Amino acid sequence: MRPLIILTAFILFSARLSAQTRISGTVKDGKGHPLHGASIAIKNSYDGATTDSSGAFHFTTTEKGADTIAITNIGYNPVQQVINLDGTPVVLHLAMKEQLSELKAVTITAGSFSAGDSKRGAVLSSLDVATTAGSNADITAALKTLPGAQQVGEQEGLFVRGGAGYEAKQYIDGTLVNNPYYSSVPDIAQRGRFSPFLFKGTVFSTGGYSALYGQALSSVVLLESIDLPEKSEVDATISPLVVGLGTQQLAKDKQSSFGFSYNYVNALAYFKAVPQDVNYFNVPQFHNGDANFRIRTKSGGMIKYYTTFSYNNLGLRRQDWDSLNMNDAFALTNHNWYNNLSWRDYLSNGWKFDLGASYSTNLDNIGQNVQNLANQNQTFPDSAFWMNFKNFGVDQRQDLSQVRAVFDKKLGTLSAIRFGTEYWYSYNYQKYHTVEYNIDTLYKFHDNFNSLFAESDIYVTNALAAKVGVRYEHSTVINKSDIAPRLSLAYRTGPEAQVSLAYGIFYQKPENSQLFYTTNVGFTKATHYIINYQKMTKDRIFRVEAYYKKYEDLIKTVPINYYFSTFNNSGTGYAKGLELFWRDKKSIKNFDYWISYSYLDTKRNYLNYTTQLMPNYAATHTASIVMKRFFTKLRSGINLTYTFATGRPYYNFILDSLNKYNLAESGKTKDFNSFNFSAEYVPSFANPKARTFVVLFASVSNVLGYNAVYGYNFSYSGLYKQPITPPANRFYFIGCFLSWGVDRSQDAINNNL
Amino acid sequence: MKKMILVFTVMIGLACQAQSDKYVAAMQKNIPLFESDTTVDQLQALAATFERIGDAEKTQWLPYYYAALAQTWIGWRPEMKDKADVNAPKINAYLAKAEAIEKNAETYAVENMSATQQMLVDPQSRYMTNGRDAAEALQKGLAMDPNNPRLYYLQGRSLFGTPPQFGGGKDKAKPLFEKSVALFKAAQPKPLYPTWGQKQAEEMLAQCQ
Repeated sequence: MRPLIILTAFILFSARLSAQTRISGTVKDGKGHPLHGASIAIKNSYDGATTDSSGAFHFTTTEKGADTIAITNIGYNPVQQVINLDGTPVVLHLAMKEQLSELKAVTITAGSFSAGDSKRGAVLSSLDVATTAGSNADITAALKTLPGAQQVGEQEGLFVRGGAGYEAKQYIDGTLVNNPYYSSVPDIAQRGRFSPFLFKGTVFSTGGYSALYGQALSSVVLLESIDLPEKSEVDATISPLVVGLGTQQLAKDKQSSFGFSYNYVNALAYFKAVPQDVNYFNVPQFHNGDANFRIRTKSGGMIKYYTTFSYNNLGLRRQDWDSLNMNDAFALTNHNWYNNLSWRDYLSNGWKFDLGASYSTNLDNIGQNVQNLANQNQTFPDSAFWMNFKNFGVDQRQDLSQVRAVFDKKLGTLSAIRFGTEYWYSYNYQKYHTVEYNIDTLYKFHDNFNSLFAESDIYVTNALAAKVGVRYEHSTVINKSDIAPRLSLAYRTGPEAQVSLAYGIFYQKPENSQLFYTTNVGFTKATHYIINYQKMTKDRIFRVEAYYKKYEDLIKTVPINYYFSTFNNSGTGYAKGLELFWRDKKSIKNFDYWISYSYLDTKRNYLNYTTQLMPNYAATHTASIVMKRFFTKLRSGINLTYTFATGRPYYNFILDSLNKYNLAESGKTKDFNSFNFSAEYVPSFANPKARTFVVLFASVSNVLGYNAVYGYNFSYSGLYKQPITPPANRFYFIGCFLSWGVDRSQDAINNNL
Repeated sequence: MKKMILVFTVMIGLACQAQSDKYVAAMQKNIPLFESDTTVDQLQALAATFERIGDAEKTQWLPYYYAALAQTWIGWRPEMKDKADVNAPKINAYLAKAEAIEKNAETYAVENMSATQQMLVDPQSRYMTNGRDAAEALQKGLAMDPNNPRLYYLQGRSLFGTPPQFGGGKDKAKPLFEKSVALFKAAQPKPLYPTWGQKQAEEMLAQCQ
C-alpha cells in the first residue's frame, strides 16, 4: 500500500513539475512611468518576454523550482529577482532605476559656448569659424559674432561683457598663451597668431568658467589642438597678401605624425591696389613658421608638441592730432617664439592625467617719432613737453615658462573629481628710451606664479548636475594670494531644455605696464552670477542668458606728473546684461543662420576715470546675424554677416595742475554697422578622384563702406579731437588654397550634405 | 560498473543532443519571424527572444547576432530615423555580446548599419565620425569574407544614397548590387546562418536600371 501512495505522490508531483508557470507583471521606472521594451528573462532558459507600451508583460515557462528572473533595459540598471516556479501564477511589479549616461545627462552651459566637432553642445563647428564672413579665419573675429563680445575694431582682443581686452585670456591645451595676437599697432586691431585649423575644439567662456583656469577677469578661450591628422598631405596657399607651404605626415601605423609649414605675408601689392588712410613707409611683412609632432601612446593617450616662430615688421605714419601738419611715424619689429608640449594619458581605475609645459618669448622693438611733412624727425622745447612725449623708443620682452599637471578620476559613470597645479615663471623687461634727453629707463620684474585647484563634477541624476571647484593662486611679484571659489549647476526642465546657473570669483594680476611702476598692488577681482536657459535640438539652438558682475580692486592710476603714474587697487565697477542666441539650420533648406544679441549695462571707475563711467569699449546694444548658404550644383558657397552696435562712449581726461584728472569732454560715437561677405568656390567638389584639391576664396569686409568711428584721440589742449577709424573702409581678400594627398572636399561635404 | 559508465555517457550525450536540438528548434522557430514581424514592438520582442537564447547558450554568436539584427531592423523603420542615438546603443550592446564570441563579416555588416543609422541623423556633421566607422566596418568585413553578398549590398546602398556630386549615385551603386545578387545566387549558407538581403539587393538593382 505504502509504495503505491509514494508512487502516486511521485506521479502527481512530477505532473506538477512539468506544468507550466505563467509569469506576468509590470515594469516601471523610478517615477512610476511604464517602461516599454524592457526585457524579462528566466536566467539560463529561453523563456521570457518584453514589456508592451503599458509596461506589462506575460509569458509561460516550463522551468521549475527556484530560479532567477532578470530584467534588463538599456539605460537602466538591471534588476534580478529570485522566484519559485511551481505552477502557481507569478505576478511581479518591478521598478528600474535610470542609469547616469553621458547622452542623457545635462551639461552645464551657463557662460560657455562650445565650438568644435566632437563636443556635445557645440554651438559652432571649426569650419564655421573659417566660413563666417568677416572673420577671415581669425578665431577671435568669429567669436565676436556670439553674444557677450563687443565690436571693438581699433585694438585686438575679446572685450567680453564690460571687460577690457586684457581681461580675456587664451589657453592652448591647458596652458596660457602670453601673446595670442600679433603685437599691437596704435588704433589698428591685429589678428590672432593661431589658425582655427590647429584646433579640434574651442570653448568660449563668457564668464563663470571652471576652477582649472584663472587670471582672466571676464573670459577664457580654451583651445584644444587636434590629435592626429587624417592623412598625409601637402598644402599651399597663394594670395596677393600671403604665400605659404606646409605638410603633415602621418606614419603608416597611424600612431604618430609630424608636420611643418611656413608662410610669408607682404601687404605691398595689396596697399598698391587698396589705398590706406595711413601712410606705410615700411609695408607690413610677416614670416611665420611652425612645426609639430604628435604621438599616440599605447594606452590611447596623446603626446603633442607644437612650436611656432614669427618675425614681423612694419612702419606707418599717421597725422598727429596736436599738430596737423606733422605726422607720428611708428615702427614695430616683433619676434615671437611659442612652444607647447602636452601629454594626456589614461591610467587604470578611471584615472587620467594632463601634463603641459610651454615656453614663449616675445620681443618688440618699437619706435615713434613726430615728423614734419618732409618726414624729418622733430624735437620740441620743454614748453611743448607733450609733443616730446610722442618721441620714444621701446624695447620690450615678455618670457613665460609654464608647467601644469591635472589629474582626473572618474567616480561612477559621469561624476568625476579633478585636481592639479600649475607654475608660471615670467620675466618682463622694458627699456624705455626718451629721445629728447637720450635717456634709457629700464623696467623689469620676475614673477613666480603658483596655483592649486580642485573641481568635482557631481551628477545627482541625469537631470541635475553640479560642478564645484576652488582655486588657490599666489604671485610673488605682488606677494599676494587669493582663493577663488567656483560653482555651477544645471537642471533639465524638459526635453532638450535646461536651466544653468554659475557663480564664481575671478582674480587677475595687474598688467605688466602697471607692475613696471609699482608692485605694491594686489589682484583685481570680479564676481560673476549667471543664469542661462537653453533649448537645443539637432538643428536649432536657442539660448538666453542674464548675468551680473561686480568688479572690485580694479587698478586706478595715481598720476605723479604728466610722465609718471603709480597705481593702486581702489577701482570698482559692475556689469549686467541680457543675451540671446538663436541658430537655425532647419527652417530653410541648405541655409544656416544665427542671430546674437547682447544688452550691456556696465560702469567702471578704473585707470584715469574720474568716476564710475561706461568704459569706452562698451556698447549698450550689439547684434550680429550670420548667414551661410552652399549651392552644391555651383560647387560654391556664400556667407554674409551683418553686425550692429550702438555708439560707444569716449572721454577726454585732462590732468590739472594738482595732478588730478578731470573729465574735460565726453560723448558717444555714432552707431557701428558692418556688412561682410565671403564666398568660396570648390571646383574639385564634383570630382572625388581629383588629386589636387582647390578652394578659391574671396571676401569683402564692410561691403557698404560704412565709415566706422571707434573713438577719438584728443589734442593736449582738448580743443581738437581726431576720430579713430580703420586704416581703410573695406578689406578685401582673395586666395587659393591647394591641397595634395588628402581630399579636403570632405570638409566641404560635411558642411553641406 | 562499466555498464553504468556507458549508460551515463549515453544519457549525457542524449541530454546534450536534446539541448542542441532545443537550440536549433528555437532558432528555426524565430529566424523566420524576421519575415512576418515588422512592427517596432514585434521586432523588439524578437530581439529580446534572441538575447535570451544567447544568454542561455553562452557560446553561440548567432542568437546575439539576430538580436542585433532585429534591433537594426527597428532602426530602419521610418519612425525611428531621428531616434538612432537611442537605438544604436541597443544594437551595439547585442553586437558586443556576439563579437565577444566571434567577429566575422556578418557582425561587421550589422556594425555598418548601426553606424550608418547614426550618421543619417545628421550626415553633415557626422559624416567624418559615424560615416567613417560605417566604411571601416565594411572594409573589415570584406577583408574577412570577400564574397559576402550582404556587404556588397550595404556598400551599394551607401553609394546609392550619396549624391552624384559627392561620388555616389545609381551608376556607382549598380555594379555592387549586381555583384551582391550574383553572390547571393551562388551562396550556400550554413544552417541557421543569415540569409537576408537577396530580395533587397534585387529591389535596389531594379531601381538602378
